[in-house]
Amino acid sequence: MKVLVLISNVPDTTTKIRFTGDNTAFDESGVQWIINPWDELALTRAVELKEAGSVQSITVANVGTKATEATLRKALAVGADDAIRVDTEANDAFAVATQLAAIAKDYDLILAGIEASDYNGAAVGGMLAELLDFNSVSAVSGLQIEGDTLQVNRDIDGGSQLLSMSTPAVAIVQKGITKEPRIPAMRGIMMARKKPLNVVAPVGADDRTSFVNFELPPAKAACKMIDEENAKEIITLLHEEAKVI
Amino acid sequence: MSVIVYTENWDGKFKKLSFELVSYAAAIAKELDTTVTALSIGNVADDELAQLGTYGAAKVLSVSDDRFNSLDNKALSKAIAHAAQAEAAKAVVFSHNNLGKAIAPRVSVKLNAGLISGVTTLPVSVAPFAFKKKAFTGKAFAQVQVNTDVVVLTFSQNSYELVEGGSTPAIESFNPQVEDADFATTVQETNKVTGKVLLTDAEVVISGGRGMKSGDNWGGLEEMADLLGAGLACSRPVSDEGWRSHDEHVGQTGKIIAPNLYFALGISGAIQHLGGVSSSKVIVAVNKDAEAPIFEAADYGIVGDVFKVIPQFVEAIKEMKA
Ligand SMILES: Cc1cc2nc3c(=O)[nH]c(=O)nc-3n(C[C@H](O)[C@H](O)[C@H](O)COP(=O)(O)OP(=O)(O)OC[C@H]3O[C@@H](n4cnc5c(N)ncnc54)[C@H](O)[C@@H]3O)c2cc1C
Ligand SMILES: Nc1ncnc2c1ncn2[C@@H]1O[C@H](COP(=O)(O)O)[C@@H](O)[C@H]1O
Repeated sequence: MKVLVLISNVPDTTTKIRFTGDNTAFDESGVQWIINPWDELALTRAVELKEAGSVQSITVANVGTKATEATLRKALAVGADDAIRVDTEANDAFAVATQLAAIAKDYDLILAGIEASDYNGAAVGGMLAELLDFNSVSAVSGLQIEGDTLQVNRDIDGGSQLLSMSTPAVAIVQKGITKEPRIPAMRGIMMARKKPLNVVAPVGADDRTSFVNFELPPAKAACKMIDEENAKEIITLLHEEAKVI
Repeated sequence: MSVIVYTENWDGKFKKLSFELVSYAAAIAKELDTTVTALSIGNVADDELAQLGTYGAAKVLSVSDDRFNSLDNKALSKAIAHAAQAEAAKAVVFSHNNLGKAIAPRVSVKLNAGLISGVTTLPVSVAPFAFKKKAFTGKAFAQVQVNTDVVVLTFSQNSYELVEGGSTPAIESFNPQVEDADFATTVQETNKVTGKVLLTDAEVVISGGRGMKSGDNWGGLEEMADLLGAGLACSRPVSDEGWRSHDEHVGQTGKIIAPNLYFALGISGAIQHLGGVSSSKVIVAVNKDAEAPIFEAADYGIVGDVFKVIPQFVEAIKEMKA
């Protein structure tokens, strides 16, 4: 089975969020970039399945500018065999999915994250499945491969299910798909330098949405502090002042 | 023209979430000077379907076709897009939950529509459509404009009031054009959590962190949850350690919730944790470290020992209920 793992390049989760240009753009100065946490889990699971012999090859793909190559190299160091970068700015989920559809037809299984931690689109995986007319399954928290069939655990509201489905398919993954993301070892980092990172030209694509501007949440009022001995008072305040119980 | 809303039922019953979604869709419809059509897929009795009218659906399309029980993403998307086209929908509204996130992107492609996920408020404008949504996992808000005529939305739960006052809807059965070949998913096993308040539905959530020291110490939290009809949650290390099951993990990589009240007990308040809970209306924090970042997000706080505070909470809640 040939697997494609989609990689979104996002600011480190501890980044202080600021905007520039009159709050129209994210301020990238001083930001550390990482593999989107769910993509990292998806990639780790793909590597585990390759080690177990049920995956033949793993390609990672990103739609982005040259600046994202460091993140793709990291993905190669974790264990992908090769990487593709579609050389264009990623501004809209549909446009990104359109770019990916142009390179993803020949894979049996595509893994995407449930959302990117920057713009929280929760969109690209499902859009790509639709553009390719592939099956898709979301909120995936477990994945096994048996021949050409996928055994998938997915969360539903109020529980979980075990499914089987045929390939080609897109699995949109979340927590649980593997325990811990794999950290690249020295050997992996050395080998990653020699692995192919292919840059491909973009196809024509429409932006269906545009980000107009951003704002930070309003500052919170100071926390009302109560002494440990008077803890019961909080329950009274919640009842009478905040009126939430 | 219409606004179409996809309502989920659980074993033939709607939950508050569906009514909230219809209320929200009705408000958008009003701005567009049109009406709401609710789509229901599953075996739901007419009197239950009629309840959707109470919250503002003028019409209900009901699909009862057992093949959809597998929630096959491709087939469901096809059916919903078909209904949206039949109703000339200008906006299609889903819940921002597991199923909504799975289906909305596919439907948006079928309808050549822009998608905005995780909206929390009414549109900033309707021509063109523009909405506010959360970005950077709750650390910011973005205003997003749609460059297409039709918009597909996923709406974050617990962000809109229930609005009653609608009337009896017209209920019609609907036969979407789907073939057997569209269904590729076979369900082998379903495990439903029973007897527990669903975390994403809960108006009050009691959450414990590593400060609780062990999974054996959850008795007080469970008692609070029982008394308040609350859901239980935990920080990531707690589920990683196996103290609590992974479906209780909240935060950036777990569930994102927005209850009216969130108790953070022995939780430091790391930024990734806050990403999942910062939209709670009121946060109560108990932590022995006065410098813990959770106090910056909290509305009420106690610097103290959870093992001394929780029993007092339990007692006070009992007194309040008495
Ligand atoms: C990419 C990424 C994603 C992540 N996603 C998530 C996520 O989704 N959710 C999440 O929760 N975390 C997430 N984390 C982990 C996060 O960074 C923190 O490590 C985690 O939230 C800490 O959990 P905690 O507060 O329970 O534990 P700790 O940080 O260990 O805090 C325990 C707290 O309990 C207090 N305490 C100890 N004993 C007592 C006592 N007797 N009484 C009162 N207080 C006491 C301590 O003062 C301390 O503040 C993520 C991390 C990364 C890198
Ligand atoms: N620019 C991109 N390049 C490659 N994959 C992406 C890109 N953006 C998003 N993805 C994938 O789609 C998932 C969901 O992202 P989003 O829809 O942007 O929230 C991510 O976890 C990635 O797997």
